[in-house]
Amino acid sequence: MAPRSVTLREGADLDGFRLAARGLIAAGVAPCDAVWQTAAAPSLFDGPSPENAAPIVLPREVRDLIQSVVCHRDPERYGLLYTLIWRVTQGERSLLEIASDPLVYRLMAMAKSVARDLHKMHAFVRFRRVAAEGSERFVAWFEPDHYILEATAGFFVDRFRALDWSILTPIGSLHWNREALTLGPPGERSDAPESDDLEAGWGVYYASTFNPARVNVAEMQKQMPKKYWRNMAETKLIPDLLRSAGSRVESVMTKAPAPPRKKDPAKAVAAMHDGDVRTLADLNAIISAADPFVPGGKRAVLGEGPLSPSLAFVGEQPGDQEDLQGRPFVGPAGQLLTRALAEAGIARDACYLTNAVKHFKYEQRGKRRLHQKPTAGEVRHYRWWLMKELEIVRPSLIVALGATAVLALTDKALPITKVRGPAMFDAGPGFITVHPSYLLRLPDESAKQDAYRAFVADLAHARSLAVQSRAGAA
Amino acid sequence: MELFEKLAILAAAAKYDASCASSGAPKRKAAEGGLGSTTGAGICHAYTPDGRCVSLLKILLTNYCLFDCAYCINRRSSNVRRARFSVDEVVRLTVEFYKRNYIEGLFLSSGIIRSADYTMEQLMLVARKLRREHGFAGYIHLKTIPEASPWLIEQAGLWADRMSINLELPTAASLAKLAPEKSGATIEKAMDQMHARIAEAREEKRRFSPAGQSTQVIVGADATTDTELLTASATLYQRFKLSRVYYSAFSPIDHASSLLPPKAPPLVREHRLYQADWLLRNYAFSVSEIAACSNDNMLDLEIDPKLAWALKNRGSFPVDVNTGPREMLLRVPGLGTRAVDRILSARRHRRLRSEDVRRLTSSFRRAAPFLITADHRPTRLTDRVDLRERVAAPRQLSLL
Repeated sequence: MAPRSVTLREGADLDGFRLAARGLIAAGVAPCDAVWQTAAAPSLFDGPSPENAAPIVLPREVRDLIQSVVCHRDPERYGLLYTLIWRVTQGERSLLEIASDPLVYRLMAMAKSVARDLHKMHAFVRFRRVAAEGSERFVAWFEPDHYILEATAGFFVDRFRALDWSILTPIGSLHWNREALTLGPPGERSDAPESDDLEAGWGVYYASTFNPARVNVAEMQKQMPKKYWRNMAETKLIPDLLRSAGSRVESVMTKAPAPPRKKDPAKAVAAMHDGDVRTLADLNAIISAADPFVPGGKRAVLGEGPLSPSLAFVGEQPGDQEDLQGRPFVGPAGQLLTRALAEAGIARDACYLTNAVKHFKYEQRGKRRLHQKPTAGEVRHYRWWLMKELEIVRPSLIVALGATAVLALTDKALPITKVRGPAMFDAGPGFITVHPSYLLRLPDESAKQDAYRAFVADLAHARSLAVQSRAGAA
Repeated sequence: MELFEKLAILAAAAKYDASCASSGAPKRKAAEGGLGSTTGAGICHAYTPDGRCVSLLKILLTNYCLFDCAYCINRRSSNVRRARFSVDEVVRLTVEFYKRNYIEGLFLSSGIIRSADYTMEQLMLVARKLRREHGFAGYIHLKTIPEASPWLIEQAGLWADRMSINLELPTAASLAKLAPEKSGATIEKAMDQMHARIAEAREEKRRFSPAGQSTQVIVGADATTDTELLTASATLYQRFKLSRVYYSAFSPIDHASSLLPPKAPPLVREHRLYQADWLLRNYAFSVSEIAACSNDNMLDLEIDPKLAWALKNRGSFPVDVNTGPREMLLRVPGLGTRAVDRILSARRHRRLRSEDVRRLTSSFRRAAPFLITADHRPTRLTDRVDLRERVAAPRQLSLL
């Protein structure tokens, strides 16, 4: 068969190569009969137009390798890739699994070189700021080894989406205006700004983070070859840093340890050890200022009630009403609790009321805010606050309302039906019962009444335990 | 004090922390109007003449410190110059450096001022401000103060990609002597808390220090042996699922304490520890196997621990590249995990000759005495007295 010649656009002409390869494969042209060339002019094909040739079905790894290797500067890349496609389509479908094959070995080395070039470009591009009236632009000059300009664009767009920037290179330029990417003609080093107002500061950082006791020039140059240095301002400092390193280390080594010049800040050290949160006000200030650990309400609903009460109630989390009013147990479940407390002979005002989770976790569904149960992890995030709170409030008895409260107080997920009744928590003697919202959810009216009576009985039981506990403590 | 003057002091003060990884964060892109991304793999934006990578802006918020850890240049009894950044100054430096593509993000640590809680809160505020007010999606590593209240650690985890607590010294005795304000129990408790939070968040698909936690131990500031160090690391990897343990050869510092040894340990010791650590994590070696080929529980400085093990266990070699199991190929000096995977994949299709293996690993020369290929069988090589000299790479000693 007569040799067929293909001329592709200079640079990484993936589309041209793809079309040409389709045509050649369809025509059954063996690799030795294909001649690959590049020119500044658009792709040219010798022979019938490959426009209508069917796509070649290739394993994904082959496709990825092609995408990478077309960026390589080696003029033989297209010929090598075509040989690969030929062999894969002629029965060697698993060819890429054989990294010891000379062709695969060479192509993989080329892909590795392209990957490294990309990586170094991501790393070593240095933007310089150009200030314009009320806005700023960032411009960089970079010299890649391979035709990677288009391949690298996504990285810079993802990272610097909110900035206006240009990257100029000898093989083309990229421009981003916060909306669209444009490919431009090659640039010149002199098209980029000569300096940047922050380069001095960067130099200060570079020099200060260097440890003169660990000089290792070979490793530095292996990772940051000299060819990159001329476009990286900080590298101008390297000779001086190396020159002074020896004497800096020597002076450190020979200097005898000096006695401290300042006197020991004993008071400050004592104060540091004493820095624990002591009052409820301090704790509440921290909780209010902190970020929610759950998605939803931004406002922390704090505990409420007197210190050293006989009873403290721990619920799950504030609901819609609690979040709006900023107070615990004021919604429907809270109202039910208030009623049950009264029936059990407990004054709500004399109790401390709080929640395991301090923020309302909800999902917005139209205008409604739907309660979401906190996850075990979220409950644990809040656990430290609850423990501290109870440590300061010091109730005689802690009543856990529902499973979330039990999880917060015991750090264990326990089923209420099994553990209902008196309990011992890390924070002191306690009692476990259901959450009042459980009563609201029961569908059957008579079951609801039974459950309510049992709840009131639990509260009365807790009250008598609290009285005993208080008497015991006294 | 001028901003860059502070930067000089607070970068110099932070450089003894060996960790600089910016990897392991989930892939992220800048949101509309936001700045920054993470690719999963780290990027080193420059290298200093010590051969170390500059990936993150690694600074202290302040080097004033109430602690008095003998190995630390910033201890309260040191005469070093002091400075303090405001939260806004750190945020500004991070954003402006990032915009110029100097860095992958921020690594922020601090001396303890006022109290552990106050300091931790300041660190957390920097991270929160970056994320919230600047839509910063770059990498953030926060040094965590184990003495701080647990809720501050919980809060910091919402914003950081990685948190770390430095163990510094693996034995209680060394901590008591050199770091009187620290306690091993407190450090472990905080690591445990962090481990639990990270695991829960992963399970619940929430964000909490997604790149895990790491730690650092100082090498050569006390009498701890390599075996003790590696045992401590293995325990940490197992108990708290740490992403990394960093080994930092104690560096001669200005204003040194008289409690410290007068000489720094050889840097190659640190290098060997990293190699041994690597074997623990990726090559299924155990600490006792490594210890068995150490001298008095110290790693051989002249050859790497994998070669040391192979020389001590010559009976297990040579391994046939065409039939040997993965676990044994991984034990061959010179063959890394990638080379082994390539061998396993290629040998399903071909009988591998030496020429083939040469294309599958860049260190065939080192591996050859331990390998059988289709056309090569090391003759009595493993019995040779001079095997060590023959396979020890000549550049080993000049490595650092």
